[in-house]
Formats: sequence, C-alpha cells, structure tokens
Amino acid sequence: MRQRRVRLRVNPITCEGHGLCAELLPEWVRLDDWGYPIVNADPVPPELVEHARRAVAACPTLALLLRLE
Amino acid sequence: MAPSGPPVGLPRLLRSGSRSDAPLRLSAHVERLGPPPLGGDVRRGPREALIRAVDAGGLRGRGGSGFPMARKLRAVADGARRPVVVANGTEGEPASTKDKLLLQSAPHLVLDGVMLAAEAVGARRAIVCVEQAARRAVLSMEAAVDERRATRLDPIEIELAAAPSGYVVGEESALVRWLNGGPPKPTFVPPRPFEKGVGGRPTLVQNVETLAHLALLARYGPDWFREIGTPGHAGSALVTVSGAVSRPGVYEIAPGTPIAEMITACGGAPDDARAILVGGYAGRWLDLDHHLQLGLSDDQLGQVGASLGAGVVVVLPRSGCGLAETTRIARYLAGESSGQCGPCVNGLEAIAAGLDQLHRGQSGAGTAATLRRWAGDVAGRGACHHPDGAARLVASALEVFSDDIDWHRRHGRCLVDAGGPRPATSHAGRSG
Repeated sequence: MRQRRVRLRVNPITCEGHGLCAELLPEWVRLDDWGYPIVNADPVPPELVEHARRAVAACPTLALLLRLE
Repeated sequence: MAPSGPPVGLPRLLRSGSRSDAPLRLSAHVERLGPPPLGGDVRRGPREALIRAVDAGGLRGRGGSGFPMARKLRAVADGARRPVVVANGTEGEPASTKDKLLLQSAPHLVLDGVMLAAEAVGARRAIVCVEQAARRAVLSMEAAVDERRATRLDPIEIELAAAPSGYVVGEESALVRWLNGGPPKPTFVPPRPFEKGVGGRPTLVQNVETLAHLALLARYGPDWFREIGTPGHAGSALVTVSGAVSRPGVYEIAPGTPIAEMITACGGAPDDARAILVGGYAGRWLDLDHHLQLGLSDDQLGQVGASLGAGVVVVLPRSGCGLAETTRIARYLAGESSGQCGPCVNGLEAIAAGLDQLHRGQSGAGTAATLRRWAGDVAGRGACHHPDGAARLVASALEVFSDDIDWHRRHGRCLVDAGGPRPATSHAGRSG
C-alpha cells in the first residue's frame, strides 16, 4: 500500500505564536519577524513525519495541523 | 405594455449612471424588461438549464474574486442539503460605490437575480445583505421587497439583512458567520460556505451586481450577454472611478475599454495621470507610462498581474504622491484586520509603518527590501485573503514608485506634502 502524504497546516486564528513548532521542526517551519510560523506547504518528507507529529502534539493551542492526503 | 426587446449596447444595469437615479419601481421595471423568467416551482430542485446558460454566457463574480458563477451554482446545487442564497451587497471597499448605486437605482433587477439564483440551485431561502449605513440602498430594497410581496411575484420570501460596516464584513465566510449569529469575522476554512454555510446548509454567496447580470442573462441569453465585453470578461461591468478626474462616480463600461479612454470619459487628462490603482484597496498600482492603452478587463489586466476586481479605478495625478496614497490605504487595511490572525495583525501594522517611513523620506537603505519581504511573508497566512490583498497593493507600490522612494530618501521628506514640484521620473518626457 502506498503511504499517504501528509502536509502541515496552521490554523492562523488559533495560533498565538508560541513558536514550539519552529523549535521542534526547524527543517519545515520558520518564524516570521513577529514570531508566527511559516510552514513549508510541500508534503512532509517521510523521515520528518514523526517529528511533525511531535510538533503537532506539542502546540499549546492545537493550531498546528497534520493533513492526510 | 410589452417590453421592447433586449437592450442594445450600454448601459444595461444602470439607466443614466448617475447617483441621483431614483429607484425603478416594480411596475416600471416590469414594463421595461418584462417579468423575471422564473420557472415558478423551486420545489422541483435545481434548474440545470439556467446554470448551463450562465456557463455559456461566461458570467463571473463582480465582488472582487472574478470566480465563474456557473461553477459556484453547480457546487451549491450539488450539495447534500437544500441550499441558501445570499446576495452580498455589503460593499466594504471604500473606493467602490457601484453596489450601493445599483441597489438604490435598480432594486428589482437585483431581486430578479436573487430569485433566479435561488431557482438555479433549488434554494428555498434567500437573504439580501446590505450595509446598514447605506441608508438609501436599504430604503430602496425595503420598498422593493414590499412591492414584490404585495404582488406575490416571487415563489419564495426574500429576507433583508442590514449588515454592519467594515472592510472584511463582506468576505464570504465572515458574512455567513454573522448571518449565523456570530461576529462578522472570517472563519478558518474549510468547510467553505458553498459546502456548509447559513444554518449549516450549502450557501451561494454572490455579489449583487453579479445577480443583476444574471437577471438579464436569463432573459436574453448567453449570446446577447457576450455582445459586450471580452472573451474572458463577458458582459458589461460597473466601475467606480475616483481620484484625478473631474467627474468621479460609477460608470457602466464594456470590459476591454482602454484605461486612457476611461480616464477621458470621466473628465480626466490621461497624460496628467501617473498611475492608477485598479481592483480596489486590495488591488494593484499600474504605471500609466506603460499601461495607458491597456484594456480594463480581467484578461488584459491579468497579463500584468492585475484584475478589475470589484471594479475600482483610482487615478493618481502626476502632481500626487503614490507613497502617500499607499501609506494611507495600508493604514486603513491594517485597521480593518479582523484581529484574528497574528501575521495579519502584526504584519499589516508593520508594513504601514514602514511605508510611512518611505513616504516621509526617513527610511533606511534596506526598508524597501524589508517591506517586500514582509509583503511576501504575510500573503496567504490569514484565515481570509485580507493580508494577501494588502501584500499585493504594497508590492505593486514598491515596484511602480521605486524612483519616488529614492527621491524621498534623498530629500528626507515628501516634496508633494511640502507643496514643491514632483520628482522628474526617468520617463517624464510628456510633462511640461
């Protein structure tokens, strides 16, 4: 079975810019000049998926989302 | 009296194009155009033939997005539940008055369109949203709804909703959220209104000018509809022109009309115009040294990354300052953020402050580059497209007014503010 691709998304309304995602997943998330995450829109490479899940779980406002395709 | 065949040429939607147009009452409206071609039974479900006619006519949304109406109709008609139709006449765009003029002068044309859209998607509920502060538009619509009720013209009831003022209120998801009893602020989509909108039902949100076009397209057919406009921008268009013209106001034009012709028609001098802002506050500046003959249509404007949007044209004179204008608009847009998303709240404020520095000639060497980066960073990072629009405006200003930025820095102030001469740009040969 082909593995499903996953992408990261931010709910910009609930995000408060705590910045944990950028610390846990710097390969895929950077912060803008005001501390809010800019997430790479491409599918997350397989080797980063586990880290992405951890970042999602760590978000204090549950604003970081993992979208299965 | 029988109506006298399809209208030829312009105008189609307006009668005189003047703000003093009195509302056309129901009897006069029906005498002029005949009754709306309603099928009469919304319980039968969607009217596919009408959707096909809209598709063939190429009618696109006139609220700013330019989205093909037929695709929206189909998506809503295909929903799992019976849909709701929302006519969007909130017109939060400060540089636009065309929807208010249309609502106050041709209320029944809009309401015919609302009924036809309801039939097309099989809706039994139709809501017309008008900005509460637009008194004349509200009164005109109230009277029109009463007239139709008295004559039992429509198969379903029309509800009027007086919406609060604000730039973002008219954004689809914000309007639906407000109609559902919430604050008029955008939601993080999906689901989009066409899937789950008013009362959780599939909801067609359509600009009032689009609906007025539908009222005519349904009467006279797609071929007639396409007699005016361009292949990619069919039908006439309402445009609000302001700035350096002696007769600002709403004009009904054929899309494709060259910018120079438009400026002349409004009592302006094309050679004295430096740039235009096209599309609205979330639109783009276009340098008129290069684009004076460009046509005002989405296909031609699209070639330079612009669009007619909600039909806004602001003319900047050579004696004006594009940085001052852009700063003013960016400030306004920052203030109109619904305050929900960090990048929009912080980014738009920062961008407006940076522009102000450029305008006052107090910027550093890297300010313009920083603004360009910030514009790129905020685009696409809100729940709605508000930051994207601001980013587009600012990016175009940095491009079109790049000479001005250097000039302001060199003098440490804005010479236009100081009443002095405007900078001679590299292509100012025609002035003098």
